[in-house]
Amino acid sequence: MNPDASAVDALTDTVSAVFMVVGALMSLAAAVGLLRFPDLMSRMHAATKPQVLGLFLLLAAVGLQLRTWWVWPALFVAWIFQVLTVPVSAHMVGRAGYRTKHLHKELLTADELEAVVLKSADKKAADLRAKGNGRMPGEKRKTDDDGGSSVSV
Amino acid sequence: MEIVLTMTAVILSLAAAGAIVRIAVGPSLLDRVLASDVLLAIIGAALCIDMAVNRHLNNLMLLVALSIIGFIGSVTVARFVADRREQPNES
Amino acid sequence: MSRRRISLRQELPLLVWLVFVWGALWQDFSPGNLLFGALIAVVVARLFYLPPVELGGRFSVLRAVPFAIVFLGKVVAASFQVLYLAVARGPKVTNAVVAVQLRSHSDLMVTATGHVISLIPGSLVVEVDRSTSTLYIHGLNVRNGEDIVNLRKEVRDTEAALIRIMGTKHELAALQQEVGA
Repeated sequence: MNPDASAVDALTDTVSAVFMVVGALMSLAAAVGLLRFPDLMSRMHAATKPQVLGLFLLLAAVGLQLRTWWVWPALFVAWIFQVLTVPVSAHMVGRAGYRTKHLHKELLTADELEAVVLKSADKKAADLRAKGNGRMPGEKRKTDDDGGSSVSV
Repeated sequence: MEIVLTMTAVILSLAAAGAIVRIAVGPSLLDRVLASDVLLAIIGAALCIDMAVNRHLNNLMLLVALSIIGFIGSVTVARFVADRREQPNES
Repeated sequence: MSRRRISLRQELPLLVWLVFVWGALWQDFSPGNLLFGALIAVVVARLFYLPPVELGGRFSVLRAVPFAIVFLGKVVAASFQVLYLAVARGPKVTNAVVAVQLRSHSDLMVTATGHVISLIPGSLVVEVDRSTSTLYIHGLNVRNGEDIVNLRKEVRDTEAALIRIMGTKHELAALQQEVGA
C-alpha cells in the first residue's frame, strides 16, 4: 500500500535489533560488574542499574517487533513493576550488607553512617542486657529520643 | 534477525556464566543473593528476546512473575540475614 | 479502630492506575472493558484497604515530562557508567557513604527521592532515617571531597525537582524561598 512501508519496516527491525544487542550487553555489564567489583556495595550498583535499562531496551524491542499499539501498556506495566521493585530490593540487601559489615572500609573515602550505626548497636546491646528483649531492627531514631532512659532501668 | 539472535545468545550466556561464577565464589550469602537476582534478570532478558524474535507475548506475565519472585526472594533473604545478626555475641 | 475516610480525589490516582493495569493485562482498552475494570478497581480499593498515600494535592505534568526524559537519560548514563567502571577500574574503585538531609518530611517524597536516587548514576540508598528524613547514600566512584559535594548536590537537586512536580504547596514555597535567598 505504502511505498515507504518496507523502509519503515526495515528501520524498525534495525532499531529493535540494536536495542536487543545493547540490552543483552547490559546483562553482560551486570555480570562483569559482579565479578570485578571489590565489595558488596559496588556489586549492588552493578546488579541494579544495568538491569533496569536492559529490561527497558528489551521490552522496547518487543514492542517494536510486534507492531501493535496495545502491547505498549502491558510492556510499560512490566517495566514500572521492575523500576519500583529493584531499588527496594537493592536497598534491603545493601542495608543488611552494611549492618553485617560486608564493607571494605579501606575502599571508602567517607563514611557518615558508621557513627549512627555504632551508636544504635551499642544502644541495642544495652537494651538487651537491661530488658532481656530486643528492639525492632531499624528503630535507630529511638536512640536519639529516649537516650539514657533505658540504661538506668 | 538470525545474527542478532546468535549475538544475544552468546552475550547472555557469558553474562549467565559470570553470575554463576559469582554465586559459586560467594564470598557471602548476600553476594550470592545479588548474583542470583542478576541471573534471574538474565533469564528475563532471554525471555524478552524470545518474544521479540518470534513476535509473541506469551512470556510477558512470566517475566513479571520472575521479577516479583526476584524481589521477594532478595528482600526475604536480606531481612533474614539482618535478623540473625540482631543477637549480640554472634560473630 | 478508626479508619479515616479518604476522599475519592485522594484515591483517584490509585484507581486510574488499577484501571490502566487492568486494561494492559487484557490488552483491551475498549470502553466496556475499562468500565468493568473501574468497577473492580473500586471494589478492590474498598475491600483491601491500604493506608492512603499522602499526596501533596498537586501534580505538574509540565514539569513531570521533562523530568521523566532526564530520568531516562540518567538511567542510560548510569548503566554505561557501571559498565565503564567495571571494565576500566574494576577492583580499584573507591566508594563513600554520605548522609544527605532532605528538605521534605513527607514519606512519599522521601520514598520517591530514594527510588530516583537509586537509579541515577553512582548512588544507592543504604539507610533511611525517617524522623530526620536523612538518606544515607552509597556513592560509587567517590574519590575525594569534591565528589561528595557533587553527590549531595545531585540528591538535593533531584528532591527539588520532585517537589516541583508533586510536593505540597508548603514545600514548594519553602523551596522557592531557598532558591530566591
